[in-house]
Amino acid sequence: MLNIIQIPRRLRKYSVLPGFGLSLGYALLYLGLIVLLPLSAIVTRTAQLSWEQFWATVTDDRVVASYRLTFGASLAAALLNAVFGLLVAWVIVRYRFPGRKLVDAMVDLPFALPTAVAGIALTTLYARNGWIGQWLEPLGIKVAYTPLGIIVALTFIGLPFVVRTVQPVLEDMSREVEEAAASLGARPWQTFRRVILPELLPAVLTGFTLAFARALGEYGSVVFISGNMPMRTEITPLLIITKLEQYQYSEATAIAVVMLAASFVLLLVINLLQRWLSVRSGQSA
Amino acid sequence: MTISTTIDRPAARFRQIRVERLVRRLLQIALVVLALLFLTAFLIVPLVAVFYEALRDGVGAYLESLQEPDAWAAIKLTLLVASIAVPLNLMFGVVASWAIAKFEFVGKSVLTTLIDLPFAVSPVISGLIYVLLFGLHGWFGPWLIEHNIQIIFAVPGIVLATMFVTFPFVARELIPLMAAQGTEEEQAAISLGASGWKTFWLVTLPNIKWGLLYGVILCNARAMGEFGAVSVVSGHIRGQTNTMPLHVEVLYNEYNFVAAFAVGSLLALLALVTLAAKSFIEWNQRRSRTSHETITGEGQ
Repeated sequence: MLNIIQIPRRLRKYSVLPGFGLSLGYALLYLGLIVLLPLSAIVTRTAQLSWEQFWATVTDDRVVASYRLTFGASLAAALLNAVFGLLVAWVIVRYRFPGRKLVDAMVDLPFALPTAVAGIALTTLYARNGWIGQWLEPLGIKVAYTPLGIIVALTFIGLPFVVRTVQPVLEDMSREVEEAAASLGARPWQTFRRVILPELLPAVLTGFTLAFARALGEYGSVVFISGNMPMRTEITPLLIITKLEQYQYSEATAIAVVMLAASFVLLLVINLLQRWLSVRSGQSA
Repeated sequence: MTISTTIDRPAARFRQIRVERLVRRLLQIALVVLALLFLTAFLIVPLVAVFYEALRDGVGAYLESLQEPDAWAAIKLTLLVASIAVPLNLMFGVVASWAIAKFEFVGKSVLTTLIDLPFAVSPVISGLIYVLLFGLHGWFGPWLIEHNIQIIFAVPGIVLATMFVTFPFVARELIPLMAAQGTEEEQAAISLGASGWKTFWLVTLPNIKWGLLYGVILCNARAMGEFGAVSVVSGHIRGQTNTMPLHVEVLYNEYNFVAAFAVGSLLALLALVTLAAKSFIEWNQRRSRTSHETITGEGQ
């Protein structure tokens, strides 16, 4: 009896505030029921497969083609977002122009707009007779129903990440170092590459990884624009759904495990990057 | 080389500064134009396209496609799902942040990471796990059939998948906010004899109300707009288990573009309202922070 009372005391610092046991208990119960129990179903389901079965499923040609497409397109989209996200953040923080506040607010649109709506809108725009597609068609560039279309959709989805991670760092950055560089005769490009970019690098990398992680799992906006041809424009999340619809639950789960593993590795990377970011900003403050 | 030349030829140096200033100005304009072009192509044009396509055949056709029974059923289902999932996650968010932000205990950072977990999981997998749990061949499948309860391909499954996907929103807004505010005010209230409940309602809640609202708005937007996870568990039964995003897909695949974009335009409006509310809350917080700073500044 005495032990039961003493153990929680040792595991937490004493506080006069009430409700610790109740609130932590409720939080753990709800987390367990809604998140952990369902996620553990994936592990047990995969454990029913033998190693050979699992390996054969996740290295099937069609599955590997889908990884290549998903990772490649996500990487391309995240790179595009890193470049343009940095540009947008820079312009919003450093320059004054009409509509700046509106632009700032609109950056979050991809977070707020349901992915299915984004998907049909982008597909319509980039189709052969669409507003944007009709200009690209004569140039021989096909976007809708090609891997390029997937990159467009994933760029849309990941757009806010780099902007929103770079923006606060840029706002806190003192301009003195830049001014010093400029007064010492550095050209704008040199100042940017040698002074500004190193300072912003952790934030850009964090945003890039966040956008990449989000793009890997994205489904809603991609299915409309990709055309979903096996081996060519079929992303991994779609393949999971296809397997499910054919009642191949074990195969769907095996592919999901590979995706989950990739996501968790990225989660770890993001955590490390954010720690780096906070150490950096802590130093400059 | 420059130091001697600058001193020797002030006029040349002056001209050089003017040229540099002009270059900087042109560079600025070029960068702003480039950024705006990118945002226009990727954000504004798609948004405009949604409303343009929805109103392509006139307002009459637009309103007609919204009054269709299946569209109504989808709207009602979406509202129902959000009205269950959002309050439950709201309650979890508040309770979990009370435990995490106001107390020190072992395993706190692990718990915080676990709460964020659903954000790292692909929406498709978020749906899949509930199929593995409650589907025909799932863990509880046989038991559910015996008792004639349907979760997958029915409304409960949609609610569960939505809850999973929107799980972290409120908690992740509140935890840093409540941690930053510390426990001094609550300690004062308790030591003056207020009950725990009273302290929460009168001290903590007023302090976190904007952050709470922020989290709820984001949570609601995602709950109403979720597609991937819901798509896996819904079964796509028209008029019964199709939420608005799923109904958009059905209509689009039937080449009924005006109706698809009409339902989509409602979701786009929701997104715009969400953005406006978000900007308002941010503006409000910034204003209260600066006014707070001026007050303390005057005190010194």
